[in-house]
Amino acid sequence: MNKTKNGGYAEAQRVAADPKGVDAGAHFMDGDHAIAEGGLAAGCRFFAGYPITPSTETAERFAERAPEVGALFIQMEDEIASIAALIGAAWGGQKVMTVTCGPGFSLMVENLGLAAMTETPMVIANVQRGGPSTGMPTLTAQQDMMQAKWGPHGDNAIIALCPDSPQECFDLTVEAFNLSEFYRVPVIILTDETVGHMHEKVVIPPADQIPVVPRNNYKGPKEDFRPYQFDCQGGHPMTQAGDGYRFHITGLTHNERGYPAATAEQNKILLTHLIEKINGNADQIIRLDEDQIEGAEVVVVSYGITSRIAVKAMQDARKEGIKVGSLRLITIWPFCEKRIEEISSQVKAIVVAELNYGQMVREVERSAAGRCKVISVNSCGGAVHDPQEILDAIRRAAQ
Amino acid sequence: MSTLNDIAQFKQVSPMSGILRMERMPHIWCPGCGIGSEVNSFAEAIRRSGIDQDKLTVISGIGCTGRVAGYSNFDSIHTTHGRAIPVATGMHLANPKLKVVVFSGEGDLSGIGGNHLIHAARRNMDMVVICNNNFTYGMTGGQVTPTTPGGAIASTTPYGNYEYPFSLPFLADAAGATYVARWTSVHARNVTQAIEEALARKGFSFIEIISPCTTLYLRRNRLGDGVDWLQYFQENTVIKHGCDTRETAIDYQGKIVIGKFVDKQKPTYLESVDKRYVQVVGDDYQLYGKTVPEREAEEKAEQERIAARRAAALAEPEAGA
Repeated sequence: MNKTKNGGYAEAQRVAADPKGVDAGAHFMDGDHAIAEGGLAAGCRFFAGYPITPSTETAERFAERAPEVGALFIQMEDEIASIAALIGAAWGGQKVMTVTCGPGFSLMVENLGLAAMTETPMVIANVQRGGPSTGMPTLTAQQDMMQAKWGPHGDNAIIALCPDSPQECFDLTVEAFNLSEFYRVPVIILTDETVGHMHEKVVIPPADQIPVVPRNNYKGPKEDFRPYQFDCQGGHPMTQAGDGYRFHITGLTHNERGYPAATAEQNKILLTHLIEKINGNADQIIRLDEDQIEGAEVVVVSYGITSRIAVKAMQDARKEGIKVGSLRLITIWPFCEKRIEEISSQVKAIVVAELNYGQMVREVERSAAGRCKVISVNSCGGAVHDPQEILDAIRRAAQ
Repeated sequence: MSTLNDIAQFKQVSPMSGILRMERMPHIWCPGCGIGSEVNSFAEAIRRSGIDQDKLTVISGIGCTGRVAGYSNFDSIHTTHGRAIPVATGMHLANPKLKVVVFSGEGDLSGIGGNHLIHAARRNMDMVVICNNNFTYGMTGGQVTPTTPGGAIASTTPYGNYEYPFSLPFLADAAGATYVARWTSVHARNVTQAIEEALARKGFSFIEIISPCTTLYLRRNRLGDGVDWLQYFQENTVIKHGCDTRETAIDYQGKIVIGKFVDKQKPTYLESVDKRYVQVVGDDYQLYGKTVPEREAEEKAEQERIAARRAAALAEPEAGA
């Protein structure tokens, strides 16, 4: 599946970032601000958003930087309009982004579906807070893991990345834009209130050391123009309004010309493409951070802020002589089912720590398929775990 | 036009062939529906306007009128229900050189999309919004809309509508639209002229076109067929240019006030952004790599090309004449 006539993601054309958007140097910065800087560095010049705690600082940073960078920021009337404006602006030729959290993301899922359906590149950051509903606006959680993937109605596939530090907020936002441009898919930065509001050192490299996948606009003959190619691969050109190709895009089931063709046969062709261009290329997309998995009897699976709590628990467990390894998911969607499958046949147990009532643990259980115990360290959010909770689970797992 | 052969012939000879995607014909609209004549006026207005047709983008929502984007031979987006205006906002702001037209129905624009309508008007966002108002959600089978007159039967008001309807010109005007007009689908030349005026100006333009939905609204209310309603339009419309939009409410089968109600100048959203940012950053301020004077020079040059194309277009015979 990874062999593609367009070349894989690793071989995608990359250019140096536009220095205008790159605030190079060492900064003391929180995750929210780092997301805005990541977007600007990646070449994003259009941001439409709506204020919501704890994500607002990203919008504020972009609004402040916009005039000096030559970008445009607009505060829309709601999150529905924000993501709708991104779709228009992406087809107008810009790299685009927005930021929100749970309640706003719930409003965005309507047009997240349209963006996935029309293969529109965009980056959406969800700085998660505790829910459901208005929940705990200023307190942390990781409760939107499943919503990120299954929020829009209908089957579809997106990419979601999960930073565990302000530095990764910057790095992964650049990566998110690159993935989004190559696969023409919405990419979600799924961070949380703690990382969003945590100040740490963030090093922004000089522009020539930030590889950026540029917008690849179709330039061929008009008669050959197709806004889509349904071959289950990425790397296809976009088009932008005004170039004379007279594209049509629709949320209806469509053919490669973009015209409505709402039949079961066409839906199979379209949907297979939308899902397999991501899932079929999961090996190229997925990034994992592994530590001491070789020879481990227990592996802790975690992501985002929880992985940093898990480090302390693992250090304590190793002092007790427990062989524990760590698998940190940087990419959470598509899910790393092959790696979990491999690990599950080597270890006694997998411990899954996450700031929700048990979401990714279901994916781990599915992938482990009974080959090892899976122990969930769940939470109702509002605060990060006490490392002791994870240590206790590691001890139980090692028994 | 009853055989495929006739349709093939029609596609060849139609004066709309450059402006509509003829490969998408025949369209889905019912006999007697007003949308067809509105699209005809739209096409003629584009032809006369002299605008660069490669730089025109048509964006629609969902519903019968929502299908206009798919038949328009321009860059076009068929959005989710009610979201045409914010998508158009993004398109316009991403590339201000584009001319952005939203063509959709009243349920889409003032019901589910009502919030976007008033905010785009408030911002004086540079776009043309053409609203087909047929008092009903046609595609879903004839439900009540925000403009259905009091007393009218709809499938979800089977005993008659008991809600207060919107007057869309009043709504658009109050929200800040700088061009507001209302015509009916029988006033084809006025519709053409209104769209032409809107395409030539800057700012948020709102054109409401009252139109018959023969299959649902007319049938359910026993108001005859499309021709009967064209006659109703002929006999019951009153042209009042500059009319106070508070006086434009439509009662069931009552008089319909039509005309150009608002036509005023004020800075658009983007002009306001430019002005503010030049104050902050100085004359070096650039949007997408271009200073304000550079963009103004480009626009001036384009206006000259538009004027030349328009002069040539006006020398040709009218489409359909």
